[in-house]
Amino acid sequence: MTDSANPSHGGDGETRRDFLYLLAGAGGALGAAAAVWPLIDSMNPAADVLALASSEVDLEPIELGQRITVTWRGNPVFIERRPPARIEEARAVPLDDLPDPETDEARVQRAEWLVMVGVCTHLGCIPKGQKQGDPLGLFGGWFCPCHGSHYDTSGRIRKGPAPKNLVVPPYNFVDDTNILIG
Amino acid sequence: MSDFQTTNPIIKWIEYRLPVFSFLDHAVGSKYPTPKNLSYWWNFGSLAGLALVILMVTGIVLAMQYTAHVDYAFDSVERIMRDVNYGWLIRYLHMNGGSFFFIVVYIHIFRGMYYGSYKAPRELLWMLGVAILLAMMATAFMGYVLPWGQMSFWGAKVITSLFSAFPLIGEDIVIWLWGGFSVDNPTLNRFFSLHYLLPFVLVGIVVVHIWALHQFGSNNPLGIDTKGPQDSIPFHPYYTVKDLYGMAVFLVFFAAAVFFFPNAMGEADNYIEANPLVTPAHIVPEWYFLPFYAILRSITFDIWFLSAKLIGVILMFGSILVLLILPWLDRSPVRSSKFRPIHKQLFWVFVADCVVLGWVGANPAEPPYLYIGQAGTAYYFAHFFVILPLLSVLERTRPLPSSIGEPVLKGGGPAMGAASKPMEKA
Repeated sequence: MTDSANPSHGGDGETRRDFLYLLAGAGGALGAAAAVWPLIDSMNPAADVLALASSEVDLEPIELGQRITVTWRGNPVFIERRPPARIEEARAVPLDDLPDPETDEARVQRAEWLVMVGVCTHLGCIPKGQKQGDPLGLFGGWFCPCHGSHYDTSGRIRKGPAPKNLVVPPYNFVDDTNILIG
Repeated sequence: MSDFQTTNPIIKWIEYRLPVFSFLDHAVGSKYPTPKNLSYWWNFGSLAGLALVILMVTGIVLAMQYTAHVDYAFDSVERIMRDVNYGWLIRYLHMNGGSFFFIVVYIHIFRGMYYGSYKAPRELLWMLGVAILLAMMATAFMGYVLPWGQMSFWGAKVITSLFSAFPLIGEDIVIWLWGGFSVDNPTLNRFFSLHYLLPFVLVGIVVVHIWALHQFGSNNPLGIDTKGPQDSIPFHPYYTVKDLYGMAVFLVFFAAAVFFFPNAMGEADNYIEANPLVTPAHIVPEWYFLPFYAILRSITFDIWFLSAKLIGVILMFGSILVLLILPWLDRSPVRSSKFRPIHKQLFWVFVADCVVLGWVGANPAEPPYLYIGQAGTAYYFAHFFVILPLLSVLERTRPLPSSIGEPVLKGGGPAMGAASKPMEKA
């Protein structure tokens, strides 16, 4: 390539031009990406959607053994005031039996109160078990009818296609009878 | 383009400045030679075009009455059904038009598979067809969400949740798709926007699809190339009139569905307004997605580090994307199954497999359906990755006729020879 009639000019010119092409191309691609980013990011949750991100729940009226459903960020949250038998049942399970190993202690702040997002971790259906007469699945917890996932009394996946336990949302006890989710 | 003849001064004036008439003549007229032996199976391309036009025209009118908001969408569709003049008709045309679009496109695809229309030199034509199928599916999926019924909502939730199967970024992708933390108003709005946009993209791909078609012309039931003018007839009037006849027959079936069975291909649950807190007992997609839904659900076991969910998603998309490489999986030099005795039978087994998968997809994901679905999924992929490559090598094909005209002119006796005479002039 460089043995042309005018090596000093031709050789240098070629590489410099290649470099300029590359630089211009890379600059153009970068500019295009920068221009597209606002369009892509505009599809992420907007500020008003994010602003709805916390819900306060009064636990006072919930009786022992009762399960209630509240809404948080458009999704149902399951809250159960667990009787001691169900707590023991959850804590007696060896971790080796769990597809997604997690102790019951790690999933609750106060053993009596189980708070979880009621969305099946498989494909987003709402598991059954909140109403009287609902199927509870093979492990006494919740059962997702869409594709047959069984959750136990701690909301952990035990059988079926769901890969993870029901998600515990971030929450704190504002006082003894009120929690703030989110 | 100077070969276009006319005495009409207006046409001449336009043609000189914009050669649109000679363009049409080359595209669908006397200058587009077409194999003279095309059967009715070759009608389904133009029928798909008709379905697309019906969908776009009715869709544009429906969009004038529809409200893309979670609080009003369901009611606005009911208003179209009850209060808008002919709203019931326009909505049923649109709703059933979607189903009929898939019916004719699936027949069109199976015809291509039976007669080897995807083989050289028509690979790109075929691949553009797969792109059309994917665009159709995306459009249909988003359109089904718009009435905001229970199946709309939960279908959308389940299918968008599929993307959470991707490692690391899956959850972020789903939140981005939703524009929130669940399927909600932002989701409905973007789906309406894209549902309106994608058909125009579809038209663009269709134009390129037809462009690629015109490069070598249609394949034909014998699967051999045309050898000269005696093998072909001009598209107009022979196939324009045949396509029109096919459209009339199509419209008989279409009208029967629209006027007598408008909800036969829908789900009753979609006439219940979406409720984000109650999942219907049995979520099923529209019928045209059922085989793919069955493949998705048939994977219930992890393989190595891949979760069952991710494998299901990969196989579901893979079951469509595999069509892109079909021209390279089937290496048999013979196109038409007429001359491939084993492929001819295994083609029908494959069609049956797709029907079985569709039936499984409509049923709950539990035994025995689960096992039938797993066997059906295994066979689906075996057809492409084992059977077709092996057949390419092992199958003894029948001898091909030397030309399209030969079976008619030499093999058919004097009566048929005489009957084919007028064709020769063309």
